[in-house]
Amino acid sequence: MSNLEKYVDAFKETFMVQDSDLSDLKYQDIEAWDSVGHMALMATLEERFNVELDIDDIIEFSSFEVGQSILAKYNISMS
Amino acid sequence: MNAPDFSDWLEFNPYAFSADVKSHKLTKALVELTKWHSVQCESYQKILNVLVENTGSVNCLEDIPFIPVRLFKEFDLLSIESDEVFKIMTSSGTSGQQVSKIYLDRKTAALQTKVLSRLMSDVLGKKRLPMLIIDSPSILKNRQAFSARGAGILGFSMFGLNVTYALDDSMSLDMPAIEAFLARHHGSPVFIFGFTFVIWQHFVLSLQKKGIHLPLDKGIVVHGGGWKKLQEQSVDNDAFRHALKSVANVNKVVNYYGMVEQTGSLFVECEFGHLHAPIYADVIFRRPIDFGIAEVGEEGIIEVLSLLPCSYPGHALLTEDLGVLLGVDDCRCQRLGKYFRVIGRLEKAEMRGCSDTYETRT
Repeated sequence: MSNLEKYVDAFKETFMVQDSDLSDLKYQDIEAWDSVGHMALMATLEERFNVELDIDDIIEFSSFEVGQSILAKYNISMS
Repeated sequence: MNAPDFSDWLEFNPYAFSADVKSHKLTKALVELTKWHSVQCESYQKILNVLVENTGSVNCLEDIPFIPVRLFKEFDLLSIESDEVFKIMTSSGTSGQQVSKIYLDRKTAALQTKVLSRLMSDVLGKKRLPMLIIDSPSILKNRQAFSARGAGILGFSMFGLNVTYALDDSMSLDMPAIEAFLARHHGSPVFIFGFTFVIWQHFVLSLQKKGIHLPLDKGIVVHGGGWKKLQEQSVDNDAFRHALKSVANVNKVVNYYGMVEQTGSLFVECEFGHLHAPIYADVIFRRPIDFGIAEVGEEGIIEVLSLLPCSYPGHALLTEDLGVLLGVDDCRCQRLGKYFRVIGRLEKAEMRGCSDTYETRT
């Protein structure tokens, strides 16, 4: 499974969303991505990619798109 | 007018400024905030007109106009457009009392969390730690409207890994969950968070009653939320620390003082049991009789200052708590700035003082 597939899966499983909803999805856009959902997403991503995110990165993780550049800092490339 | 931006303050160590340096820098920031809120929030401007006799020059922190914290219970005070509201925080407040409503935009909420993370990394270290929450997971069940307790738990759980709840839905010890957590993180430092009263009532007393001893010698307990209920049971900070040592062998217990009206800029206790003002915030102790400045060692009403409130005019607030300044820049822990102790709620003192003049309504 590619990194992008793993990343997409984490969103879909945490928020029960479709692929088509993802590209411009932002924090608080949908009910499921509230502050509780956010911490659930972070836990899922940490487990799937075997990383520990810095607190500032958890705070800055504000959208599907931004999240990809944050994970890039941990050498997890989506391309 | 552009909203003030204090994100560059995050570059400094949270206790790096001596009182002199800080007073100068923080006064400048708070003057800017006062101006911002006066322009953005008409109700705040009106309140200032009524409350502040002399709006003349502000030369020090003590000159910053402050408003009573209870105004957030009576009025909707916000300095942003309604479509910029990202989150509304409400205070706990027992039944029959009105709750404070604090309006946050994304920027203010993010800065609150970042400042909290600077303060917490001073306590926990840079790494996130396995976290045991002394509360029930049901506290977060109603996601549309969870309590101040739920919001606090969620805010702090950002600093945890493998977040585990120690209590079940009926607020009893969830021993299987606790044991699994201990087995997984045996010997490594862990972060234990809860509200002071909940830790006492549902953790310490429950463990004592059941005769259970937990091996949490590398645990760091962080707790806050006030001592009111524990004072009724004559439990003070020393007794609290001692009890945690005896039921769970915890060596590090850290209390904090903070309120929903200034989320993020907490006053955190040092290893000598003193609460410290970080650079982003300060405390002033005022004499109840004339709001003059109390001296070191003299009890006063606590005024709290914070540079975080940008979306609502809560940067200088007179609380309903009594406290005492213990010293400035000279705590043995070497953190700079003011350090202090909270004595308790002011309303109690008022009630006692006025009981023969006013009838108590029952």
